[in-house]
Formats: sequence, C-alpha cells, structure tokens
Amino acid sequence: MATTEAETYIGKPVPRKEDAKLLTGQSRFIDDMQVMGMVWASIVRSPYAHAKINRVDVTAARESEGVVAAFSGADLADDWAATLPCVWLVTEDTKQPMHRPLATDKVRYQGDGVAVVIAESRAQAKDAAELVEVDYEELPAVIDPEAALADDAPILHDDLGTNHCFTWKLEGGDVEGVFGSAPVTVKERYRQQRLIPNAIEPRGVIATYEPALDEYTLWSATQIPHILRFWLAIVLGVPEARLRVVAPDVGGGFGSKLNVYAEEALALVLAKRIGRPVKWTEERSEGYLATIHGRDQWQEMEYAADEDGKIRGVRAKLVVGLGAYLQLVTAGTPILGGWVYGGPYDVEAYSLEVIGAFTTATPTDAYRGAGRPEATFLIERTMDALARKLEMDPAELRRKNFITEFPYTLASGLTIDSGDFVGALDRALEMAGYEELRKEQAERRAAGDTKELGIGFSTYTEMCGLAPSRILGAILYAAGGWDAATVRCLPTGSVEVFIGTSPHGQGHVTTFSQIVAERLGVPIDQVEVIHGDTTAMQLGLDTYGSRSLAVGGIALYNAAEKVIAKARDVVAHKLEVSGDDLEYDNGTFKVAGTDKAMTVRDAALHAFTAHDLPDGMEPGLEATFVYDPPNFSWPGGAHICVVEVDTETGAIDLRQYVAVDEIGNVINPTIVDGQIHGGITQGIAQALWEEAIYDEDGNLTTGSMLSYLVPSAAETIDYELDRVNAPSPTNPLGVKGVGETGTIASTPAVINAVVDALSPYGVTDVTMPAKPENVWRALQEGGAK
Amino acid sequence: MKTVGITVNGESHSAEVEPRQLLVYFLREQLGLTGTVVGCDTSSCGSCTVLVDGESVKSCTMLAVQADGHEVTTIEGIGSPGDLHPVQQAFHEQHGLQCGFCTPGMVMATISLLEESPSPSNEEIRHALEGNLCRCTGYVNIVKAVKAAATA
Repeated sequence: MATTEAETYIGKPVPRKEDAKLLTGQSRFIDDMQVMGMVWASIVRSPYAHAKINRVDVTAARESEGVVAAFSGADLADDWAATLPCVWLVTEDTKQPMHRPLATDKVRYQGDGVAVVIAESRAQAKDAAELVEVDYEELPAVIDPEAALADDAPILHDDLGTNHCFTWKLEGGDVEGVFGSAPVTVKERYRQQRLIPNAIEPRGVIATYEPALDEYTLWSATQIPHILRFWLAIVLGVPEARLRVVAPDVGGGFGSKLNVYAEEALALVLAKRIGRPVKWTEERSEGYLATIHGRDQWQEMEYAADEDGKIRGVRAKLVVGLGAYLQLVTAGTPILGGWVYGGPYDVEAYSLEVIGAFTTATPTDAYRGAGRPEATFLIERTMDALARKLEMDPAELRRKNFITEFPYTLASGLTIDSGDFVGALDRALEMAGYEELRKEQAERRAAGDTKELGIGFSTYTEMCGLAPSRILGAILYAAGGWDAATVRCLPTGSVEVFIGTSPHGQGHVTTFSQIVAERLGVPIDQVEVIHGDTTAMQLGLDTYGSRSLAVGGIALYNAAEKVIAKARDVVAHKLEVSGDDLEYDNGTFKVAGTDKAMTVRDAALHAFTAHDLPDGMEPGLEATFVYDPPNFSWPGGAHICVVEVDTETGAIDLRQYVAVDEIGNVINPTIVDGQIHGGITQGIAQALWEEAIYDEDGNLTTGSMLSYLVPSAAETIDYELDRVNAPSPTNPLGVKGVGETGTIASTPAVINAVVDALSPYGVTDVTMPAKPENVWRALQEGGAK
Repeated sequence: MKTVGITVNGESHSAEVEPRQLLVYFLREQLGLTGTVVGCDTSSCGSCTVLVDGESVKSCTMLAVQADGHEVTTIEGIGSPGDLHPVQQAFHEQHGLQCGFCTPGMVMATISLLEESPSPSNEEIRHALEGNLCRCTGYVNIVKAVKAAATA
C-alpha cells in the first residue's frame, strides 16, 4: 500500500486546536450551561470571622417568591457521610477538624456558609438568601498565624483545644556541626502575604440526580474531575460508580479549582433532596471569601557559609496560616516546597521546620507554585543578604554554589535528575547586558539620580511533575501520583485519545495531539483528545503541580508505543515477515531492503475487521498506559529583573525582565512561552501589587477586584525568554514541567531588584507587595544614605 | 417588566425584561449568546465587553433597558470558526489566549481600540486594554496579537 512522508510535530509551534471555539464564543463554561428543570442555589455566608451560631431561621426565605427550598447547616448535618477532605495530613498527629459544607455550631471565617436557598431564578435565590435570619454571637478573630499560636489566642475548633495543626520537620546532614563551625552566618525573616488566585472564570457547579438509576452527575469548574469523584463519593457516602463528574471548558485554575468544595457536595445533596438539577455560580466577591487563598507565611532562614561564599548549611522555619479548615491540600501546600529549601545550590546540611496554624480566615491551599514560590523567595532573598554581608556580586555568589554534577542527591533526600544552572545564568547575564547595567547603576548613584536602578536575581530549581506514588505514600499523601492515557486507532483512520489530565488553559489538546500524531504518523487534525469526563476516562489524577506533560504526557507516549507494538504484530502477519524485520518511522512499517510497507492506520483497519489477525490476537488497535513517574521533574533556571525605583515617591518601574529556563525538551514552544509569560506575571504581581488584607476583626478588606489589584496590560511589560536544555533522563520524551516555573522564580527576582536599587539607603527588605507606601517606609527605616 | 427592542448582531429582538436586568444577562440568558461572560461583580475584569453602537461597553455596567433602541455586537457576531475576524485570527496566530474565558471581551475591546486607533503603539495597546483582565497570558501575546491585527 502506498505511503507518504508523515509530518513531524514534536518541538514545533503548532497553532492551538482549542482556539476556534474559545475565540468565537462557542465554548461551554459552566455558567453557559442550563439543564431542563434547573433551579438556582444561593449560599448565606457569615459576615463574621468567628462567631457562635445561636439560631438560623429560613422561614421567611422559604416564603419568598420563586423559592423552592431553604436549609440551614443543621438541616443538612446528617446528609454528610464524612468531612470535606484533606488529602495530605502531613504528620501522624496532624489535626483535622470536622468541616461540613455548611457550618452548624460556629462560623470560623468571613464567608463560612450557614444556609442555602434554592429558587427558580438566580435573582430570586439571591433575594431570598437575604431573608435568612441568623443569630450570631461574635467571638474574637485571629488572622496572623503566629498570633494564632499564642497561649491566649481565640481557639477556632473547641474540640481540638488548640490552633496548632502540625509541626513538620526534615533534616539532612550535620546541621548542628555545620552551623557551629561556619565562619559566616546570615539570618533573615520575611513575610509571604496572602494572595487570592483570581482565575478569571469564577467557580460554578450544576448537579443532577436520577432517582430511577440512583445516579448523580456533577458538572464543575474544576481542575480535578477524577479526584473530585473519588472524594465526593466518600463525603456523600454513595457508590463511586454512581457518580459522574464532568469538567466542561474551565477558565483558568492556578490551584483555586484544585479542591473539593462545599458547594460541590451541597449541589449534589440538594439535587437529590429537591429532585431537580441545581446550579450555583460564584460571584467574584463571594469567591474572594469562599475560594481558597494562597501563601500566608512567616519565614525565617539561616545560611551557614565559608568566607569565600560557599554555603554549607541551610536552616529554615515557616509558620503558616492555614485559615479556618483543612481544604484538600491546605496542610501539604507549604510542604510541597519542603525538599527544595537548598535551591539549586550544593548544600551539605539541611533543616526545615514547618508549623501550621488555624486562623479565622479563608483556608489557604495550593496557589500556582504551591510551596515552591515560598521556598524560592526565602532562598533567593537570603542569598542576596549573604552577598551583601560578604560584599560579593550576587551572580558570582550563586555561580559559586550551583550544583553542577547530575544526578545530584540533595541533603533533603531527593535526587535532581538533570539541570544546567550555570548555563542558564550565563545566558541570562548575557541577555540582560549585566555589566552595562551595573555601570549605569553606578553612574546614577554617582550623579545622585532620584531614580535608582536595581538588578535582581532569582536562580531556582523546583520539584514538580507530581509525583512518584511510592514517595507520596512515604510522606503520608493519601493518593498516588500516576496518570493514564488511552489511544484508540479507529478503523476510518482517525485516532481517539483519552487523557486523565484535565486542562483549563494549558493546551493539552494540542500538545498531546502533537505527540500522538507524530508517533502514529497521522495528520494532527485526525487526532481527537477527550478529557474532563470520568465516564469517558475513569483513570486519571488530573492537572496541578506541573504534572500534565511530565506524567500524563508520558502515559500517552507509552500508550502510543503499545499501539505501535501491537500494530507491528498485525503488519508482520499481513506482510508475512518477522516483526524484527520491520523498521518503524512516523507511522509506517517498512520491510528492510524491500518496498513493502504498511502504515499504523492500515493496521488499525485490519485490527478492526479482524479478518486476518495472528492466532489469539484481540481485535482492535487500542492501548491504555498508566504511568507512575520514577522521580519528580526538576526544572530550573535564572531570572533577572531590572527596575527603576523613584526614591521620592516609592514608585517602581519594571524596566526589563529576562527569563532563561531549563525545562527539558519542549513539545510546543509557543504554548511553553505562554505558560512562562503568565507565570512570571503572577509572581511579579505578588511582589508588587497583590495582597489579601484582613482587618483585626477578620473582615476581608480587599473584598473585590476593586481593592485587590490583579495586574492589567498597563502595569506589566514584555519579557525576554530563552531556554537551555538538560533533558530529563527519567522519561522517554525528556520533558519536565513548566506550568509553575515563572511564578516560582519571579517574585524574589523583583524584590531583590528593588532592594538592590535601594541598598545605598540602607534598605535590606521591602514588605510585599512593594507598593509605593511600603517602598517609602523601607526608605524611612533604612537609615541615612 | 419593560419591553425593549434591541438589535443584536444585526438581528432585531423585542423582549420583556426586568428593569434591573443587566445587559450581559439579557444577552446570555434571554438570547442564549453565552460567548459574553461574567468574570466579576465590580465592572473590573472586562470579560463581558461588547460593542454598543460600535463602542466597547462592559455589558455588566449597562441595564438591558438602556440598550433599548441600540445596536449591540457580541463575539458571536464578528466571525465564526471557519471565518475568523482579523482580530480573532491574530489572537489565534499569536497565542493570545489560554483558557479563553477573558478572550471574547479582549477581542471586542481590541476591535474598538483599532477602530479608534488603527496602528497603536505597544504603550497605547497596554493602556487601552487596562480594563480587561487576563490571568493566563501575562498579556505579552495579547499585545502581540493586537499589533498583528493592526497590520493585518
């Protein structure tokens, strides 16, 4: 049969297959969907941070126009078979408080749900929710995690008797010895402010229940349909096989849709109780209270070093504000950075202590980078403190300490498989024009310019690609870290691909099509990628932690290889040769030294008709692969930020941002650049603009997009990107994760630049976000020039 | 209830609306034009941007009754998957969208910008789009897309 040269796709900037519907308004986000007979839910939320609930009266709400039903937390208290879950209780004695979808005894943060009203329309539900009467007895709030651990702090969970949730420790090497003998030490303390993730699509759900089948379906704006199905089956006490979860088009996540939320469980219970489909869509200001926050840490770091700048030991301590309850990964989020507090540096002694405290605030959880931005910030800020103390150039200090031989086992116990930290820094210095920048800085200082130039570095590594299941088990995570894919070659020549990851902007449909189209030699538009529906693909562990390509993509690659292996047997049989005589290249098997050939697509048709298959072979050409990665994925790189700081006003101008990342082989460079652009912007936003602020009574004063500054195009700049490559040796595509690198790297680069600009004024730190007021304060406190 | 006559994407509609009905919900829930989406409750994010008589408007800041007698253009009215508007085409080619939720608003705001200023500088583009928030792209490729659309 005739063959043609198949196109190659891997590594090319293939335009996205996802775009057409998104560009023309034909996407299906959750709020775009309606189901026949659907009613609307509105949740009554606590205006208080901490209060005893004396009475909830839904009578007036029930009588309001269009209302179908109204329930207090107590009305539904027996509907829950289990608490809302936390998948990672990080120590054997981590305290997990009961967390019902609606509170019954006390409210513990502003926004805690106390009742729900269901009505025929969105507006009627909202109107009626205002008629619910709640008698609260206000209790004192505690927002700061250190204050929450004080003896006289108000206790959130009376049955626990303490706000202390866990203390997690990790040590490697001779920490006492190294710190006892090191000639140089530095100790720094920083604040990681609270952040609000702000995916532009708010959350939302639609739940249905079919009494005749006893089956539930939940459509949810979620990153994790598979994990959601598993946990909701447990929370509701229903057989998992009777619950289908679908993630439709999802408008961004950044960790905020990586959770098992009260509203998801509530909608299912209400759909069954009422006998009608139930929809709930979050309003943005509601989401600021009801959707997880990120960060919220006090951080301390000590370095022990030799006089020439060689770092020998790190010792860090974090006190983390968990908020009022443990959401899905609340306790584990700071621990996700737990192994990388040595950064990309060769450090022989390692000590980390993480303390989690309950506070009367929205729970914190995984927000883009989850634990690793916090780690990188602390490492890189302290690195500059050491450089100042030793009067060394910050780039040279980093270079002196980089890990250069791979694989390298960290003092924390994990092994970095590959990297090129030196190459990334060299390239970044070249792109930034480092020597010229230092010259300009010196000239400005000499001339007394009121706009000071600052140059900030962040050289980083991170562990992502979550994750090897055995390691997850050893660190008490309740699930595995594998992922799965199915490749099905259809008889008419196209290929169906089912993936266990669940994209919400990352372009999996395109990237994964590229892998399959190239390996099977089919045109890319003949590959259909199906995701986000637990009925279509039961196996999967979804999308977070920069895992989709490094885990799910490898599952897919291996599934395609299994298809090729079976196709080889089909072709060998048809061509009456040995499988060993067949050479395979991009979809075509050729018999060496002859013109005999057959494609995978032809083999798919033969496998389908099954007219002439080898004895005992199953018809059909399809394979599933479940891939458990042997190691985490280890991206790294060097970012340089250049700022101008106006010493009279405290205003900061971003002037230049250079990012050189090492993320292994790249499947689609355009998509990868986009991930890095977005990640950098979120990290810069933490440095300069964003902060969730509570007042002393526990009111979220940054309660809407008017008071919480999500940056626009007007605040941001173009970034200069490049890459160096040290392909991962632990997977056949040599890929690593990229979804979080920008956010992990960028925040300290910006603050280091600001502090560098102001160092002649004695400034050694600027509180984040470095808004003009905070810069001005740092200048006042810094001492005289 | 009030009766309004609104032309949407060239088609005239007569409808009964509640006086408090926002234009965006009229488009989404009464006409089924769900391409215009709602991302906030403070008119901050711009996801609901449409054109009213050719000018960009956040359709959450306008009541349906205020659109009575006016012409509204939504994302559904400017191009289709097989026949993209030059601005849609430029966003596709420059990778100016990721999750795509803010995209309809961003595209409509861009159309309005290019009407007023056919060859804007990067600086102008960034300021003109400051009412439209995107959390995915970091705006780098959005600015490129607007530039590309301007020269298309």
